[in-house]
Amino acid sequence: MRALDLLRFDWRVVAAAPARSALLAAAFALGVAAVVLLTSVGEGARRYVDAEFAVLGSRLLVIFPGRNETVGGHPPLYGETPRDLTLADAETLSALPGVARMAPLLPGNLLASRGGRAREALALGTTRAFFPIRGLRVARGRALPAAADREALPVAVLGATLARELFGEQEAVGKRLRLGDWRVRVIGVLAPTGQSLGLDLDEVAIIPVATAMGLFDTEGLLRVFLELEPGADPRRVEAAVRRVVRARHEGEDDVTVVSQDAVLAAFGRILTTLNLAVAAIAGVSLVVAGVLAMNVSLIALRRRRAEIGLLKALGAPARTVGLLFLGEALLLALAGSVAGMLVARALVALGARLWPAFPLAVPGWAEPAALATALAAALAFSWWPAVRAARLDPVVALRGAD
Amino acid sequence: MGPSGSGKSTLLHLVGLLDRPDRGSVRLGGVATEHLAEEERAALRRRHIGFIFQAFHLIGRLSALENVELPLLLAGVAPAERRRRAAAVLERVGLADRLDHRPAELSGGQQQRVAIARAVVTEPDLLLADEPTGNLDRAGGREVVDLLEALNRGGITLILVTHDLELGERAPRRIRMVDGAVAEDVRG
Repeated sequence: MRALDLLRFDWRVVAAAPARSALLAAAFALGVAAVVLLTSVGEGARRYVDAEFAVLGSRLLVIFPGRNETVGGHPPLYGETPRDLTLADAETLSALPGVARMAPLLPGNLLASRGGRAREALALGTTRAFFPIRGLRVARGRALPAAADREALPVAVLGATLARELFGEQEAVGKRLRLGDWRVRVIGVLAPTGQSLGLDLDEVAIIPVATAMGLFDTEGLLRVFLELEPGADPRRVEAAVRRVVRARHEGEDDVTVVSQDAVLAAFGRILTTLNLAVAAIAGVSLVVAGVLAMNVSLIALRRRRAEIGLLKALGAPARTVGLLFLGEALLLALAGSVAGMLVARALVALGARLWPAFPLAVPGWAEPAALATALAAALAFSWWPAVRAARLDPVVALRGAD
Repeated sequence: MGPSGSGKSTLLHLVGLLDRPDRGSVRLGGVATEHLAEEERAALRRRHIGFIFQAFHLIGRLSALENVELPLLLAGVAPAERRRRAAAVLERVGLADRLDHRPAELSGGQQQRVAIARAVVTEPDLLLADEPTGNLDRAGGREVVDLLEALNRGGITLILVTHDLELGERAPRRIRMVDGAVAEDVRG
């Protein structure tokens, strides 16, 4: 029997029982749609994280004071470490070969007030390099001046929301405001950027690092960002950083160095594993569809005994009879899978319209994997009914359903 | 001929290579068949034997033409030739105007004629009919018997199982069976 004739014959079987066939195909469609949809959410999460880190530029080393061994696992957020990471340390690091830009970070909460308005605000003490490193755009006025790298100038660049809340509709640039005990002049307002890596940059006041040191009465930086030159090897720069720190900290390289690539790679690994796990859970529904297909096949086997007997009497070899049963299951699984993929793609497109901020996307492997699983389940679970059909005694079969 | 349970159908199934004998030999064209592999027996059925059943065994979802095409489909004949040959045979059995009808849209006699067309479309050497008129009324039975006789005169060996004495008397050779054994073998 020709393969095409076999498929056409099976198609007539499928078409002759539309309700039964649609139900079976729907079971496969559901499974495939579940796999594709859930992995799209996972892929969306991965892309979301990628995009969040992308604002940092791709070649960034972040240096935290304190070794992560001493605090167990995570780098400390607020350094309760024996030795501070100072601005002098940071400046030495910025001179290392392969380092393009350096920005220190010394944040603190304080009261920002102007006229009758006051609110708690996060002040970030840093230098002008912070702006390109975090991809910040100044909407009006200007960024921190070069002199602010070292001098405690009484100036601030405000986030868009903070500026609006303190100054309303008035132009903030050029005005003065009170930050803690200091009076500072607003020299710029940031373009709205929104939440990024858990920090709402629209709500901050960016001030020179020396000003922050004065305001918060501390020498210790929270972290130092090093942006590497293109082509610089992050591992070599990290080694150089450790050498410098050891030389300056009495023989101890008591800092934690995290490369952004490493963080991204770690996130990527976690999310990929998570996504595979989710896909596997969704894949279980395809196995359920396979069991359903087997059940239906066994019922069909009883109902079509006479037909199987006839085919054998007409000279169909056992193999052909078995293939007819397998072909039917494969056809239904294939039709269901295609339908499931279309439904999933439609839902992903709808989701992308409803939540444009979340980058839902069908990962490239999801559809082939779901299709292969569906076909494999159909094949595996219709194997036994097919073998039973193939082995049926024609004389018994011709007597019809028992 | 013979009463029900006398072994007529079993003998027919043995001759038609659907069943294997516990003892003895079934020779087809002088070749012993009982030890052939199932695949080879299927191939022999496909090439040399046509079956006609009491219950017709037409496939309800397929048209008359498609039912007749079925043996050619299994033999791997190309679609165009399949259609041509099936249509020609259906014309010979007088159903040229019923090609696209489903079995349910045909009378019993017409359904059995479709089944006969299906049995002869491969031009077999041997036609085996098991109570072909058993499910038909008198008019339908006559249609079918006339057709089978015409085919037999045309040169196909016909073995017909029946317990209808009147029908049996028309055959040139009659084998009577009782309790699973040949009781009588009469020619002429």
